[in-house]
Amino acid sequence: MNPFAAVGRVVLAFFAETGRIALFTAMALRHCVSPPLYLRLLARQIMVVGYYSLPVVGLTALFTGMVLALQIYIGSSRFNAESAVATIVVIGLTRELGPVLSGLMVAGRVASAMAAEIGTMRVTEQIDALTTLSTNPFKYLVVPRLIATTLALPLLVLIADIIGVMGGYLVGIHKLGFNAGSYLHNTFEFLKALDVVSGLVKATVFGFLIALMGCYHGFHSKGGAQGVGKATTDAVVSASILILVANYFVTELFFAQ
Amino acid sequence: MSAPPKIAVAGVHKRFGKKIVLDGVDLEVARGQSLVIIGGSGTGKSVLLKCILGLIRPDSGSIKVDGTETVGMSASDREQVMRKFGMLFQGSALFDSLKVWENVAFGLIQGRKMERARARDIAIEKLGQVGLGPEVGELSPAELSGGMQKRVALARAIATEPEIIFFDEPTTGLDPITADVINDLIVACVKRLGATTLSITHDMASARKIADRIAMIYKGRIIWQGPVADIDRSGNDYVDQFIHGRAEGPIKMDVLKP
Ligand SMILES: Nc1ncnc2c1ncn2[C@@H]1O[C@H](COP(=O)(O)OP(=O)(O)OP(=O)(O)O)[C@@H](O)[C@H]1O
Ligand SMILES: [Mg+2]
Repeated sequence: MNPFAAVGRVVLAFFAETGRIALFTAMALRHCVSPPLYLRLLARQIMVVGYYSLPVVGLTALFTGMVLALQIYIGSSRFNAESAVATIVVIGLTRELGPVLSGLMVAGRVASAMAAEIGTMRVTEQIDALTTLSTNPFKYLVVPRLIATTLALPLLVLIADIIGVMGGYLVGIHKLGFNAGSYLHNTFEFLKALDVVSGLVKATVFGFLIALMGCYHGFHSKGGAQGVGKATTDAVVSASILILVANYFVTELFFAQ
Repeated sequence: MSAPPKIAVAGVHKRFGKKIVLDGVDLEVARGQSLVIIGGSGTGKSVLLKCILGLIRPDSGSIKVDGTETVGMSASDREQVMRKFGMLFQGSALFDSLKVWENVAFGLIQGRKMERARARDIAIEKLGQVGLGPEVGELSPAELSGGMQKRVALARAIATEPEIIFFDEPTTGLDPITADVINDLIVACVKRLGATTLSITHDMASARKIADRIAMIYKGRIIWQGPVADIDRSGNDYVDQFIHGRAEGPIKMDVLKP
C-alpha cells in the first residue's frame, strides 16, 4: 500500500470533517438567533444538563479540592511556604481545574447522551418525521441543547469552584492543621476577579463545544445500533479533546492581562 | 389549460455510492388521486418518497409540487411546501420521548401552533379512527405492539389533514381485519379531505382497494402504470408475476437454492 495515499486520505477526511462541523455550527448558530425558540424544551434541557450534572460535578470538585490541598502542602512545605496552600488551591480551581474537570465530566455525561438520543432519532427516521411535521430539527433538537449547555456549564463551574474550595478547606483544617480563619483569609486575599471570570468564560466555551459535538455526531450517525454507538464515542472523545485544546487558547487569551 | 398535476416527478436519478437506486423515474399524480406504487423489496420505493419529500436529495431530475420545482429549493421555501404533506413512515418513526397522543398532536401543536388541550382532543379522535382507545394516548410508543405503532403513525400522518399524504406500507404487519379498516380509512381520507395520496404496498388486496392508479417500479424505473381496473390485463409479465406472487418469472431473486 502506498503510504502517501494513506496519509492523504486521512488528511482529506480530516478537512472534510472540519468543513462539515463548521457548516453544522453555522447552521446551528443561525437557528439560535431566529425564532421560534422552544422554551419548554430549553427548560427541560437546562434541567437535564445543569441540575442532573450537579452530583457528578460536585463530587469531582470536592475531591479535586481535597487532593490539591494535600499535594500543594507537600510541595510547599519543602521550602516552608505552607501558607500558600489556600491561595494556590483557589487559583488552581477557579482558573483551571474547575472548568476543565467539570467540562470533561459533563462531556462524558451529556455529549454521549445527546449523541445517543439524536443518533437514535436519526436512524429510526424520527428526524425525517420532524421535518414532515413542519418542525425544523435544528430548532427542535439542536438549539435547546446548545443554549442550555452553554448557559448551564458556567453555573455548574461556579458551584464546582465553591465546593472545591470547601474541599480544600476541610482538608486544610482537619488534616493539615491550618487555622480556619487564616485559611479563609488566605483563600480570598490574593484571589482576583479575573481568576473566576476566566474560568467561567472557559466554561461557557466548553459548554458550547460539548453540546455541539453531541448534536453533530448524533445528527450524522448512520447505520443502526452500531452507528449510534460510534456516534456516542466520537462525541465524547471529540468534545474532550476540543475542551483541552480550547482551554489552552482561552488561557492564552487571558494570559496577557 | 388543465391544472398541473399535484406531483410531477421527471427523470429522477439517485445512487448511493455505486448502487443505482432510482434510474430515471417519471411519475405524475393528479389532484385528489390515489396512486399506489408496487414493486419488489429494495427497488427504491421508500427512497422515491423521500426524494419527493426533500429528505433525500436526488442526483438529477425534476420534482414539482403544484407546478413548483422543489429540487434545489431554499430551506425556508421548502418548509412552506412541507406543510402540504403528511407521511406515514415504513418504520413508524414515532417520537419515543413523547406520549402517543403527543405524537399524534405533534403537527398540530408544533406546526400549526394549536393549543395543547384542543390538539389533544383531535389526537384522541384520530386515534379512535384508527381503532385505538383514548387510554392508548397516555402510553409511550415503546409500550405498543408493532401494529399499534403503525396505526398511531397513521393517525399522526392524517392529524393535520394535509393536502398530500404518503403512506409507506400502511398495512404491513397488521392483521387482515385491521388492515382492511386502515384501507377504508385511507379511502375515506381521500374522499373526505380531497387529499392526494401516494402509497407503497406489497399487499395487493390493499392496493386494489385504495388505488385509483397503480404504478410498478422495477430496477429504478416505472415499468408500468395504469388504472387499477387494468392491473389484471396489463400485458406486462413483470406486473403479472408480482401481483400473483410467483417466484418464477422475469423478476429473478438471487437466492441460494438448497
Ligand atoms: N441512506 C441510504 N444509504 C445507502 N443506501 C440506501 C439508503 N437508503 C436506501 N438505500 C438503498 O436503496 C435501496 C432501496 O431502498 P428502499 O428503502 O427505497 O427500498 P424499498 O423499495 O422501500 O424496499 P422495501 O419494500 O423493502 O421497503 C436499497 O437497496 C437500500 O440499500
Ligand atoms: Mg420501503
